[in-house]
Amino acid sequence: MTDKIALSNVHKSFGPKHVLRGVNLSIAEGQSLVVIGGSGSGKSVMLKSILGLMTPEQGSIKIDGKETVGLRRDKRADIDHQLGMLFQNGALFDSLPVWKNVAFRGIQNDGMNEADARDLAVDALARVGLGAELLDLYPAALSGGMNKRVGLARAVASKPDIIFFDEPTTGLDPIMTDVINHLIQECVQELGATTLTITHDMTSVRAIADKTALLYKGEIIWQGSQDDLDASDDPFLHQFINGLPHGPIEVEGQQLETAGY
Amino acid sequence: MAALATIGRFFLGFFAQTGQLSLFVGQTLAAMTRPPIYFRMIGQQIMRIGYYSLPVVALTSFFTGGALAIQIYYGGNQFNSEAIVSSIVALGITRELGPVLGGLMVAGRVSAAIAAEIGTMRVTEQIDALTTLSTDPYKYLVAPRVIAATLCMPLLALVADILGIFGGFVVGTQSFDFNAAIYVQRTINFLTFEDVSSGLIKAAVFGFIIAIMGCYNGYISKGGAQGVGRATTNAVVTASILILAANYLMTSLLFSS
Repeated sequence: MTDKIALSNVHKSFGPKHVLRGVNLSIAEGQSLVVIGGSGSGKSVMLKSILGLMTPEQGSIKIDGKETVGLRRDKRADIDHQLGMLFQNGALFDSLPVWKNVAFRGIQNDGMNEADARDLAVDALARVGLGAELLDLYPAALSGGMNKRVGLARAVASKPDIIFFDEPTTGLDPIMTDVINHLIQECVQELGATTLTITHDMTSVRAIADKTALLYKGEIIWQGSQDDLDASDDPFLHQFINGLPHGPIEVEGQQLETAGY
Repeated sequence: MAALATIGRFFLGFFAQTGQLSLFVGQTLAAMTRPPIYFRMIGQQIMRIGYYSLPVVALTSFFTGGALAIQIYYGGNQFNSEAIVSSIVALGITRELGPVLGGLMVAGRVSAAIAAEIGTMRVTEQIDALTTLSTDPYKYLVAPRVIAATLCMPLLALVADILGIFGGFVVGTQSFDFNAAIYVQRTINFLTFEDVSSGLIKAAVFGFIIAIMGCYNGYISKGGAQGVGRATTNAVVTASILILAANYLMTSLLFSS
């Protein structure tokens, strides 16, 4: 299998804070990779670097073999067209109704008329189990779970080759978490897409990952399949997947806890 | 040493901000001149920035014109030159007070609203979402607001001119018994095309400043609700200061000859 996405020695800093310290990672075509890691480990920065929302100081990020680091936005239009993204909180446009959110790319880039855009939105909403009655609602009227599903509908509406999920189940109850994980699996299988998910929810990892990578302090320190995940005796991985407060991973606020606060 | 470090940090921060703002303005100008141009968005912004600012600009200029007439009347009274009220009100309103007060009022209303809207979009990742959906935020969000504000401000200044002069007329004829026909005739005779056009040119520049400061502060905001609040305050403060500074510069340039 060829690599759909390949990161090589990616570094990114914010002032004195070195967030990504030489990330090396590859995702094969059709593969579902989940990157896990604690808060502040650099997951979101890595994702935004792949999406071209941030520019790494060093390293290479290739999508379909094409180098994207340093590429101007207008020069990567053909790459952007094959990407879909589900943001952590949906990131739906407040000022637009659901149908315009879902069909946004078609309306803005392909000059789609209203009837076609509404049809596209109905299809995409159906794919995530939502009905046409939501079309004219605004995001403020949606619940957290619906917001996420509409975000997922927008991400898959243009049938992208690569879909990114940024903590897709954060803030959802266990039932909705299961629903979202299931929908992600269905959409990905239906589209045959390559996916990159970042999360710290092990339920999502079990549900959607072909391959898992652990990011810690800006470096990928472990990667492997679901079977490897269970069989591994890596102390970092063991601490993370079992949610242990003590171990090699430095936990934010641990000093306060031990100081008796 | 600590004092030197503080001064150094201040200047580094100042130049970094100036550079960042210059890049933002450059990208905005590029977005305004290259297709696609979102005409529907420009239309929406003309309504929000221009039409909905009409009442506040109209009331401000009407009362300012009236107050100006009172001040000039009592000031002129000391030199037996009360008759200058109509001409000085017209001159003061069209050259300075109409565009500047209109600009400051619109800065308070519009710059804050733009910064809050774009700032909220920034902290909720809606701007990132726009980019990932192959839409340039400069073209979609910034350019329509800047174009709309630059087009609307001269029209608002014209309304401010008319109502400011009318405010002076009402006070002059009702409180100081000026003859209405003579008051109007003196105003028309005294005003030149340059008096009005200079104010409208200033207003267009103020419109650009108002929108660009709102968009810039919103665009760079971070840190959730607090960051959006800070962006809103910064937008109004910087827009107001820049309007006053630009007014001084343009007055020097336009009237030095």
